[in-house]
Amino acid sequence: MATAEAVEGRAVVVPRPESKAERVARFTAKVPVHLFLLIVGLLWLVPTFGLFMISIFDPARSATEGWWRVFSDPSAATLHNYTALFQNEDLVHALIVTALVTTGATILPVIIAALAGYAFAWIDFPGRDVIFIVLIGLLALPIQMALIPIFKLYNTLGLYDTVVGLVLFHTAFSLPFSIFLLRNFFVGIPKDLMEAARIDGASELRIFFRLILPLGVPAVASLGIFQVLFVWNDLLVGLTLAQSNQPIAATISLQLRQFGSNLDLIAPAAFVSLIVPLTIFLAFQRYFVQGLLAGSVK
Amino acid sequence: MTSTSSSVAGQAPLGGPPPPRSVWSRWGPALAFVGPAFFLLLFYYIYPTIETIRRSFISNSGKEFVWFDNYKQIFTDDILLTAIKNNAIWVAVVPASVTALGVIFAVLTERIGWAIAFKFAVFAPLAISLFAAGIIWRATMYDRDPSVGSINHVIGVIKGAVGPSGVLTKANPSTPDLAGSSKAGFTLDKTLQSGDTALLGLTAIPPDEVPGDAKQAVEPQPAQDGISGVVWRDFSPGGGEAGKVEQGELGIPGATVDLLDDSGKKVDSASTESDGSFTFPSLGPGSYRVAVDKTTFVAPFQGVSWLGSKLIVPSIMIAYIWTAAGFAMVVIGAGLAAIPRDVLEAARTDGATEFQVFRRVTVPLLSPVLGVVFITQVIGVLKVFDIVLAISPGSTLKDATVVALEMWRKSFSGQNQFGVGAALAVFLFVLVIPVLLLNIRRFRRENVGG
Repeated sequence: MATAEAVEGRAVVVPRPESKAERVARFTAKVPVHLFLLIVGLLWLVPTFGLFMISIFDPARSATEGWWRVFSDPSAATLHNYTALFQNEDLVHALIVTALVTTGATILPVIIAALAGYAFAWIDFPGRDVIFIVLIGLLALPIQMALIPIFKLYNTLGLYDTVVGLVLFHTAFSLPFSIFLLRNFFVGIPKDLMEAARIDGASELRIFFRLILPLGVPAVASLGIFQVLFVWNDLLVGLTLAQSNQPIAATISLQLRQFGSNLDLIAPAAFVSLIVPLTIFLAFQRYFVQGLLAGSVK
Repeated sequence: MTSTSSSVAGQAPLGGPPPPRSVWSRWGPALAFVGPAFFLLLFYYIYPTIETIRRSFISNSGKEFVWFDNYKQIFTDDILLTAIKNNAIWVAVVPASVTALGVIFAVLTERIGWAIAFKFAVFAPLAISLFAAGIIWRATMYDRDPSVGSINHVIGVIKGAVGPSGVLTKANPSTPDLAGSSKAGFTLDKTLQSGDTALLGLTAIPPDEVPGDAKQAVEPQPAQDGISGVVWRDFSPGGGEAGKVEQGELGIPGATVDLLDDSGKKVDSASTESDGSFTFPSLGPGSYRVAVDKTTFVAPFQGVSWLGSKLIVPSIMIAYIWTAAGFAMVVIGAGLAAIPRDVLEAARTDGATEFQVFRRVTVPLLSPVLGVVFITQVIGVLKVFDIVLAISPGSTLKDATVVALEMWRKSFSGQNQFGVGAALAVFLFVLVIPVLLLNIRRFRRENVGG
């Protein structure tokens, strides 16, 4: 800033403290940035907000009028769409299935991945490095590679259309990422701590529960949040491996064929389906970002 | 990111346990810890991968070994070729756009006090499923009807403010006196003085375009010191005489009539009454011409067909970018925060401009992070499925489709073409193999000498 003013041929600039004029200049220089970000930020919120408005819009009017009309005519707002939604047995059932699958497919992979992550980090066993490299390779494997064989296998084993089947599938498909994330975290635990515990004669199991897990809480939390969002938001697996016990996204997708005419059902259902992960995300944003940064390879 | 993975990489603890007594006591703990994961991976990854590859060489019915026939179909079937083409467009456009937006947002938010609020707005869609995101955009943004779809509504408002729409869309002159077209407007090929009248007859107007308030056209009466005239639909059932205002012929209300001077310059304009009449009063001496202005024939805004076959792919990509930009912003933002301040300060002290600092210092230091974001997006885009299914109406699904969606449709939506479905899955797998190898290489590099 000092050089810029000197170039303009002003008197010698006395450096610091910043004068009032400079502060004003610095602020006005930033006005375009503020304005740009303000507009972009608002634009980013519009679509989700619009869906909420449609979900409370009188269905007789939402077919022919835009959601913004609710502002000029608040009498068009109604809770009727939501009461109808919660009386719709299929959708309520789908929400229950989604909650069950999400709970199971969050707890199970966290446990399994924590055990494996610890072993990959701190227990020496033959083939460890090779297996871990394979695991990293599996990170990018498309889920599509598993769909046809698992679909057939599930039909034979009676796991098709069951909550257990969905939980196991999501658990397995979270493992490469989960193990990778936790192993990387556990590796960072100071070696001295581990050695001290081992010299004291603690068993591996004891070390795992008394040392690793308490220290690993932030990583486990990140993983948990990730998994909740991932499983709750799934469409493909639910659509492929279930029929009468489909989770919410798959159930809504069956309604898409009459998109315009049943928007009063689709809009509130979609809004309920997104408000759950959004709330969890808001409440645990810190862990979510940590996990994202630690494992942005998936 | 690097802080954890580049530190000591799981080396076996030195001075481990005393010499083993049996195989079990030596490997037992490891097996107990890794076992559950190992069996799940075997069951859900290794077996299906082998089985899917095998299945891709077998006919849809599952009976014959058909070599590469299923793969041949991928590259000959029209819909599958569209899917591949669309995936290519996605890969070419989306990862670069998402990364660029991430850089812009991350750099700009470093300079403002309310960055948290902005980051929340852009980041929040990441928590929403791609399926719900698709429904959001289809329901709120992309409807063709400007009174329902937000984007078309905004375009309509802007267009209306720039130039209001006309009452007609097209017409022909009823007599050779009137020259021109509905695109350019119609000029009466006759010079007029004060006191003259002008007959501007139009035909070939679709009946439903004649405004509802149109009344019987009236033969214009000469005005004392002005020019008067009529714009009317010079057609009545059964014919009628061209160039003559007759019973049963309607005036065109709301048409814009221009008054031109000798040189053809517009000096005045008027809007017609419900009987089609207009007047330019109190004119001085001199000769004039009159013309029906082209704005009379501007069709009202019908709405852009965002979900039609031409725009469906970009429309879906925009919705996807909306969900993914927050991811890029946060990861790149963390990368920016990790750049040492004194490096940037040194460059500034050396006289570099803000832009030079950004291009020559920030971007190179940031490039590993940009690479991670870009590759993550490439994988995501190759597997894109939900958002395409959610946004595309049935009529344009075939124009919007992608490989992952076709894999599912061929196999599970009642088509039962498991051979082709398996081949498509393998095709996707082959596409991500470079990424897979890259991940492995990066991991090995980060852990060498760790």
